[in-house]
Amino acid sequence: MSLIVFVGVNVVGDPVDMLINPEADQAEIQRVIRDLGLDRPLHEQYLFFVGNALEGDLGKSFIFGESALKLIVQRIPATFELALTALILAVVIGVPLGVYAGMRPTAISSRTIMAGSILGFSLPTFWVGLMMIMVFAVMLGWLPSTGRGDTVEVLGIEVSFLTLDGLSHLLMPALNLALLKISLVIRLARAGTREAMHQDYVKFARAKGLSESRVILVHVLKNIMIPVVTVLGLEFGSLIAFSVVTETVFAWPGMGKLLIDSLHNLDRPIIVAYLMIIVLIFVIINLIVDVLYSVLDPRVRIKDAGQ
Amino acid sequence: MSETVDQSTVMPAKVETPLQRFISDFSDNKIAVVAFVVLVAIIFIAIFAPWISPTDPYDLAKVSILDSKLEPGTTSMDGVTFWLGTDSAGRDLLSSIFYGLRISLGVGVMSGIIALCIGSVIGLIAAYYGGKVDTLIMRVVDIQLSFPAILVALILISVLGTGVDKVIIALVLVQWAYYARTVRGSALVERNKEYIEAATCLALGNNRIVFRHLMPNCLPPLIVVGTVQTAHAISLEATLSFLGVGLPITEPSLGLLIANGFEVMLSGLYWVSFFPGIALLVTIVSINLVGDQLRDVLNPRLQK
Repeated sequence: MSLIVFVGVNVVGDPVDMLINPEADQAEIQRVIRDLGLDRPLHEQYLFFVGNALEGDLGKSFIFGESALKLIVQRIPATFELALTALILAVVIGVPLGVYAGMRPTAISSRTIMAGSILGFSLPTFWVGLMMIMVFAVMLGWLPSTGRGDTVEVLGIEVSFLTLDGLSHLLMPALNLALLKISLVIRLARAGTREAMHQDYVKFARAKGLSESRVILVHVLKNIMIPVVTVLGLEFGSLIAFSVVTETVFAWPGMGKLLIDSLHNLDRPIIVAYLMIIVLIFVIINLIVDVLYSVLDPRVRIKDAGQ
Repeated sequence: MSETVDQSTVMPAKVETPLQRFISDFSDNKIAVVAFVVLVAIIFIAIFAPWISPTDPYDLAKVSILDSKLEPGTTSMDGVTFWLGTDSAGRDLLSSIFYGLRISLGVGVMSGIIALCIGSVIGLIAAYYGGKVDTLIMRVVDIQLSFPAILVALILISVLGTGVDKVIIALVLVQWAYYARTVRGSALVERNKEYIEAATCLALGNNRIVFRHLMPNCLPPLIVVGTVQTAHAISLEATLSFLGVGLPITEPSLGLLIANGFEVMLSGLYWVSFFPGIALLVTIVSINLVGDQLRDVLNPRLQK
């Protein structure tokens, strides 16, 4: 995997063209090439890279002249903050709408919700982002369109959501990123609710004389949350991947924007390091979801224990 | 309801060909029919873009910088009306969208077809031979599908570089796994049916059984996945082009048009990225609606 990425990335384009000003003479070009280690044969460059990678050094950025790993790690909190906020928005907006649509499957309001969710699946994320900027930032001037705004340091990590300015910067990108997941959660919650409403435990709860709100909020909600949490856990990885798009639209200084900038500048060490880190994050997320799944769903746990 | 019952009992049973039945099933859903008509219109525009566009947006001799950033509906000094306005280089947006549709649809459909061919052959091989071959192929499919399409595409693009052929290769590599999984699923069911057993008894060659007997019977679910995946491919290509890592500027797809509009949007020129986005949206929604209806019609469990 690392070999394919490394070789592939290194064959594309010539970063020296991007880095050196056009008036530099031949001697200076040679000096830059030597400094970057680009004069050595490719297999030597790869071995050098693997040797360093094992020591936690993924190379230096050609453009920034800093460690690629450090540059990416610096930007991870911004991306995670965005993805987590989007995840929370997806649950907070998606579950109530889905449960409502599931309780009254034929009502016009429910059909409107479902039509909205189909639209949410079809809308290209980046275009919705642009239109949000257009309406809320350019026309109405309510929300800022770019950047993170004021940040506060919590445990050494810069976060936006604790300041009012940061929050206003966070709202649009997070909603944009959440759009697809809201549609997904609506569908999951609706399907789950429709199924649960016919189950014996709901009838029993009603027969006990529990109020309708308690039946829905406690009994139904508990059961539909299992698929929602599982799917959302798996989707968290895709939120991080999709944040590449949202971060570019809203100029959010996260790791996705760094990747796109690096692709444009042919900043190879950053591209390779990003891909390594994102694959690692994915593996970790999938592992956590697998573990969480058995914790949440007693059926899985009992079956595993019984074997 | 009673009418149809009368007809079938009184009149001698009218024999419907499968195609007729398919058409009548499909037109049950009026929205799907509308979507289908829109889709045909879009395909028509995409194919005949050079002949039906009001102007040629990429003929430098005809594009005038004096016409730049005109609002929708204004008429230029030459008497050409720009129904959707012009971009910052003075190109007619409507014509640009027609040409953009051509490229977006072309790339999406082409990558879809190639991925379908590759994916279904691999899926058939996995299902027919089973055992270790199956395990190996499906493990690769599982690994690939656990990563989101956009991430796989970005990895591939950063490895392959940009360009029309590279984007198509990336889209094919992103999509083949969906086709492989679908075909394998239906082929596993079909493989145990009598007609395959009969073909095996006739001592037909493996190739003949797989491609002449097994494959045609796996087609219906494949068509459904194909339509949905084509919509995905178009959307993904637009996203990549928007990010500036997709198609080159010489092949302006809808994604690139939207990206161009992004630059001037903050100064209030909403139409430059608004209308290409609408075109993209209409295309994707109509493909999805047609795909949904196809799924219902082709699903034997829902058949009347």
